[in-house]
Amino acid sequence: MQIVLVGCGNVGADIAKSLSREGHNITVVDVNERLVKDLSDELDLMGYAGNGTTIEVLEDAGVKNADLLIAATDSDERNLLCCFIAKKAGTAYTIARVRNPEYKKEIEFIKEDLGLSLVVNPELAAAEEIARLLKFPTALEIDTFAKGRVELLKFEVTKESPLCGMQLKYVPKKLDSSVLICTVERGNEIFIPNGDFTVWEGDKLSIIASGKKAMQFFKAAKMNLNRVHNVMIVGGGMICVYLANILLSSGVEVKIIEKDKRICEALAERLPEAIIINGDGADKTLMEEEGILNTEGFVSLTNHDEENVMMSVYVKKVNPKAKLITKVHRNVYDDIISDLNIGSIINPKLLAAENVVKYVRAMNNTLDSNIETLYTLNAGKAEALEFTVKEASGLVDVPLADLKLKKNVMIASIIHKGQVETPGGQSRIQIGDNVVVVTTERGFVDIKDILA
Amino acid sequence: MNKSIIRFILCRVLQFEGLFLLLPVIVSIFYKENTGLIFVAISAGCLALGTLGAHFKPKSKVFYAREGFVVVAMSWILLSLVGAIPFVATGEIPSYVDAVFETVSGFTTTGASILNDVEALTKTTMFWRCFTNWIGGMGVLVFIMAVLPLSGSRNMHLMRAESTGPEVGKLVPRVKTTATILYGIYFGMSLILITCFLLSGLPLYNSLILSFSTMGTGGFADLNKSLGGYSRSAQTISMIFMILCGVNFNAYFLILRRKFKDFWKLEEVRVYLFIVFLSAAAITIQIRGGFDSLGDAFHHALFQVGSIVSTTGFSTVDFNAWPMLSKVILLFLMVVGGCAGSTCGGIKVPRFLILLRSLGRELSHLTHPRSVKKVKLNGQTVSEETVSSVISFMIAYVLVVMVSTFIVAADNMDFTSSFSAVLANVGNIGPGLGIVGPTGNYSTLSDLSKITLIFDMLAGRLEVYPMLVLFYMGTWRKS
Repeated sequence: MQIVLVGCGNVGADIAKSLSREGHNITVVDVNERLVKDLSDELDLMGYAGNGTTIEVLEDAGVKNADLLIAATDSDERNLLCCFIAKKAGTAYTIARVRNPEYKKEIEFIKEDLGLSLVVNPELAAAEEIARLLKFPTALEIDTFAKGRVELLKFEVTKESPLCGMQLKYVPKKLDSSVLICTVERGNEIFIPNGDFTVWEGDKLSIIASGKKAMQFFKAAKMNLNRVHNVMIVGGGMICVYLANILLSSGVEVKIIEKDKRICEALAERLPEAIIINGDGADKTLMEEEGILNTEGFVSLTNHDEENVMMSVYVKKVNPKAKLITKVHRNVYDDIISDLNIGSIINPKLLAAENVVKYVRAMNNTLDSNIETLYTLNAGKAEALEFTVKEASGLVDVPLADLKLKKNVMIASIIHKGQVETPGGQSRIQIGDNVVVVTTERGFVDIKDILA
Repeated sequence: MNKSIIRFILCRVLQFEGLFLLLPVIVSIFYKENTGLIFVAISAGCLALGTLGAHFKPKSKVFYAREGFVVVAMSWILLSLVGAIPFVATGEIPSYVDAVFETVSGFTTTGASILNDVEALTKTTMFWRCFTNWIGGMGVLVFIMAVLPLSGSRNMHLMRAESTGPEVGKLVPRVKTTATILYGIYFGMSLILITCFLLSGLPLYNSLILSFSTMGTGGFADLNKSLGGYSRSAQTISMIFMILCGVNFNAYFLILRRKFKDFWKLEEVRVYLFIVFLSAAAITIQIRGGFDSLGDAFHHALFQVGSIVSTTGFSTVDFNAWPMLSKVILLFLMVVGGCAGSTCGGIKVPRFLILLRSLGRELSHLTHPRSVKKVKLNGQTVSEETVSSVISFMIAYVLVVMVSTFIVAADNMDFTSSFSAVLANVGNIGPGLGIVGPTGNYSTLSDLSKITLIFDMLAGRLEVYPMLVLFYMGTWRKS
């Protein structure tokens, strides 16, 4: 597809990276010449330095023939204007990044009027993800396939769990559960395990199952299933507002700690049900006073990655039972942070990029690719892809045991007429099924690519 | 420095050279010359070695600007060193240094020759000699990029190091598509040119080799008198295409896309054509006495100007005998060269425009010390980075010319000959003035001078930096 991307900041660059890797023709536009140059050096795309809200620059970048325009600058208004102009100039689809909570109510109205295909809100997406994790504290990551029928959950094996020291082939019998364990992360390594694989304490397992089956599995594996009842949030930015709203509406107690007096006042006005504390999250006495030792959930959302990480490390030490969620903006130190074992990491910009890429994939799906959804797992070392089986091929209607698959590929789930099936040796893929595949290989575009 | 990716790409280059070497074999079969066997042997060697080396995938595909420069410079050296083997193996150029000189001159589209008698070459070898002009014109790595998916995303560094001009951009978002379009235009124009030559009555063989040297703006001809031995119509066709090849190929892309408005915005093309016709007119006035008619004089003047400004180096007459002013005009054209993104050598028109405008800005800055002004080209602001890179390019260019002139001067030729020899090689023109003029050649030079000129030709074709980077110590340091 021909894609014009306006804005090469963090979000823009992440979107460009994913889309370029998937073989789209991308033209990026940004006022900052340096950013454009760096990005066009790194990726195979065309760069234009200029103001993306002017018709000349947009025309130079080729909006007339573009299939899609993505506006991801840091200004909501500029993004909307950019999409508006592109739509008038002839771009088929437009995506805008709009994140100000004040526009939340207007968004449906704007969307229709400007003909926007998708509005991306990194902060809202992050808040929704955090809320999901708080409802299910055992999970480190939750992704969904097949319109929510199948969930991919990542969790860490604790000492108490019967899974410790168990070989995977015994898991279905001993736990009386039919979920499929598709990846195991151990230190910096990632495996797609077979039946002889032995689980250790501290391994991070990803399972694919329907929501109900996952619950049964976690119960049998003696994992904590209780949702969080009270949450402490440090940092009162946009994500905090969205998150507090979601949590409060589902009856979770929310306590917000924010340094800036004026922000506190604005928060108090907006979130009358929440407890707003004006203070520093790094103040140990204050934190203890406000009940850091007993809180069930702790979310650090300040604008400094380092501060967020340090706070989570501290809470992990004084209150190891709490569910920790840490917001990190830069993904440079992913490896180091994952070594710290501080629970779930949220990167709003990456999430936003993922949302856009997901949408583009769905668009592309109607054109020529068969990927329905794609998630990168374990810091990009593995992928989980959902394919639609559209036509007859070598793997349709053949028992899985007879298929010769490539190395490091696993068929994790088959969704047949809306029914989720955990695949076994005798399962067969039919035309019209959705199939979830987990792999450490790259570049699969069709279900047929998994065959050796 | 990622050495394994450099090794990998070099082996790919070797594979392609092996394939290129098979083309002369077809000629040898046709003319029943047994030199073809030598080409088969060398080609087989290249393919075997290249395939073996490329079989082991590079450990990491990390690829930065410095790898780009080094790969390009080394590819061209490798290409030339291997491409010279057939000349020696067939015994047609016994000295290896001479053979390398001839090959480098071919690949860099210089067209300078060390052969006293060009006509003595076999048809097979002559075909190879002229084909190097064609492949060198648009670049080997660009060709490979058009055909093969190279190491992923950062191969823009390769294209930038091999293509000509102060700012190398893409025509479309993908490097591969860009390379394919460029080669498509190049190939299409070559086909038209071959057809034109055939229609003018030339045999197929001559049409092919003349097209190769004209399109690449190389300047290898199969006659001692260069194009002087061909018909007037063949000369005219060649002249038109030489001038066309001096135009930025992006311009043709704009025409293909029917963006005529954008095409007229390309200042460099207008300035380039203006320079060509102005110089031709000035020379016509000076040389009209020596020809039967004014038309005749204009024909030869325009041919020579086109040949020099596009850095081809064909000649129809001995311009060495022309009046001094005409020769100086030609010398000036040698330095200027054609447009960016063309197959020409030289410093190139847009660089001169940027230089002149930044000089003008400097003057206005002296009179109005607080004035703020931007240098513009094609109606768009040129970034300060590009302006300063153009200035440093100029310095590097002058430096290379000066140092080379020193070394060549050791051969004790007259000043015109030594200086024009260097200029003609750095600028990839070919024939200079004096001893190395259109009727002379480079055979009398010492090996040291030849090696210096080999370096100059490569530096000129790759626009100086890749060659300097290759010999810069910092490039090879581990950290």
